[in-house]
Amino acid sequence: MRIQPNKATNRPFSETVIELFIRLCGISSILFVFGIFFFVFKEGASFLFNGLNLSEFLSSEEWYPTSLNNKRYGTLALILGTFGVTSLAMLMAVPFGLGAAIFVSEFCSPKLRETFKIVIEFLAAIPSVVWGFIGLTLMNQLIIQVFNAPIGLTMLNGSIMLALMSVPIIVSIAEDSLKAVPDSYREAAEALGATKWQVIYRVLLPAAKNGLLAAVLLGAARSIGETMAVLMATGHSVNIPTSPLSWIRTLTATIAAELGEVARGGEHYQVLFIIGILLFTITFIVNLIADLVIKGIRQG
Amino acid sequence: MYFRKNLIIFINLIAFVCINILFGCSSNSVGDSGSQNTKRSIIRNKGSDTMVNLAQAWAEEFNDLSSTISVEVAGGGSGTGVAALINGTVDIANCSRQIKEKEKQLSLENTGKEPIEYIVGYDALAVYVHKDNPISQVTIGQLAEIYGEDGGITKWKQLDVANSKCKSDKIIRISRQSNSGTFFYFREALLGEHRDFELGSLDLHGSKDVVEVVGRTPCAIGYSGMGYATEHVKMLKVSIDENAPYYAPNLDNVIAKTYPIARPLYMYSLGVPNGAAKEYLDWILSDDGQKIVEKLGFVPLTKN
Repeated sequence: MRIQPNKATNRPFSETVIELFIRLCGISSILFVFGIFFFVFKEGASFLFNGLNLSEFLSSEEWYPTSLNNKRYGTLALILGTFGVTSLAMLMAVPFGLGAAIFVSEFCSPKLRETFKIVIEFLAAIPSVVWGFIGLTLMNQLIIQVFNAPIGLTMLNGSIMLALMSVPIIVSIAEDSLKAVPDSYREAAEALGATKWQVIYRVLLPAAKNGLLAAVLLGAARSIGETMAVLMATGHSVNIPTSPLSWIRTLTATIAAELGEVARGGEHYQVLFIIGILLFTITFIVNLIADLVIKGIRQG
Repeated sequence: MYFRKNLIIFINLIAFVCINILFGCSSNSVGDSGSQNTKRSIIRNKGSDTMVNLAQAWAEEFNDLSSTISVEVAGGGSGTGVAALINGTVDIANCSRQIKEKEKQLSLENTGKEPIEYIVGYDALAVYVHKDNPISQVTIGQLAEIYGEDGGITKWKQLDVANSKCKSDKIIRISRQSNSGTFFYFREALLGEHRDFELGSLDLHGSKDVVEVVGRTPCAIGYSGMGYATEHVKMLKVSIDENAPYYAPNLDNVIAKTYPIARPLYMYSLGVPNGAAKEYLDWILSDDGQKIVEKLGFVPLTKN
């Protein structure tokens, strides 16, 4: 005989309230995302469909939003700047972040681990404008001296700052997902005679790969969306990056620098919102790829 | 695990917001009860972003001095200020350019009053280089070729300068973000209205940053208000062309109108000012008001 689930009358009232509240929280996050997207889209829509040359927008490097007689809205240099600085940052942050996560989760004594986690989370609490300032002053000087560059406000500078900002995120999420691998896996591997390295490489990393991938992607999302630090550290110059020592400009920094002083509702204002839509699309694609990859891993 | 972490962050956030609201409210209520004792007449002042710090400093000082008048300042740009003046929503508009004839007409039609112009100070842009750069003077034409689109000057040696500290000899152009008033004025002073700046300059966000970066970069050239000079940079003498004399950016040359990259800063009142607005404008033009102009790196009307 099947057991009938209890009717709501048997449940305490407080539980109903809590469930309703949690349900609201869940729905509200969806509402907020759509609300923001709607707002950004609405602000940019009329120029996006009427007047903006989309192929020029994506393929030209000429960004002249305030020219008096020949306005040009080409964002190629900005897109490449964003991708360049983010990938360089990930190149530095991923090995460091995952390495640190493995160390904290597998090699540390419990006491040391707690200290480490607190310090790493403290790193995440430093505001980005402080990173930007460090980039503008300290790192600028350092890059000039080390690389003999004419100026230190470069893609390298910005990506070092971004790496430092995304490492804490990568470490804490990666460490959590490594810790979530059941101890029985480690014990089984060690019982088979695997060395510590073999346990990590052959057992833990494959078992935790979803979490690790999520860590890397969240770190990357942090880098793409970061504004203030890259605005200050990369030189903020419309330039197609050719080396780590090029000075560049990113999509986010352009919005931040120009939106404050632009006439509301004008072409330039709308173009900045279209850049916002572009950023939305990029993040959406990154997340979509992440989802597909994770699904692929699950099935494979 | 993630959930717990997020929850903690969420709770922290809520606590933070609550504390802010609590403290915010309490300090506000103190402020309200203070101002209720004396009813002040309010001057609404809006416009140029170049002048917004100056306008703010004037307002703060004046609010301390006067017990009957309170000044409210907003930025938004010279155009915004003039538009508000035309609509009659501000008493005084700040403007880093002269008002256009058309705007005067509009104002007359809309409000029945003509904007009255006051020059309240000058803004001089200095051309900065690193202190070890041997160059000492430059012409407007050379600056145009350095900064302008398809300009011919990209190396220091083209200016007959042996900039030994700059190994690549490449001129690194430091500029401002493309809609700051300083950027607009510098572009117009160099290139007029028919040419743009060459892309690839470092567009910094703030007058102070320009000087900071130039001071650390032997290859750099930059422009910023002359009040921002530090010991790490050098200000160049500027002339309109090779045959004309070169002038240094200083108070005397700006007041004598011989330094070529300087502009007046305007305030416009709606109609002939009376009462509070008159008192405020008179104070701005007085020695006390002009001292603040000098303090903020602008050029006062007369040397104190």
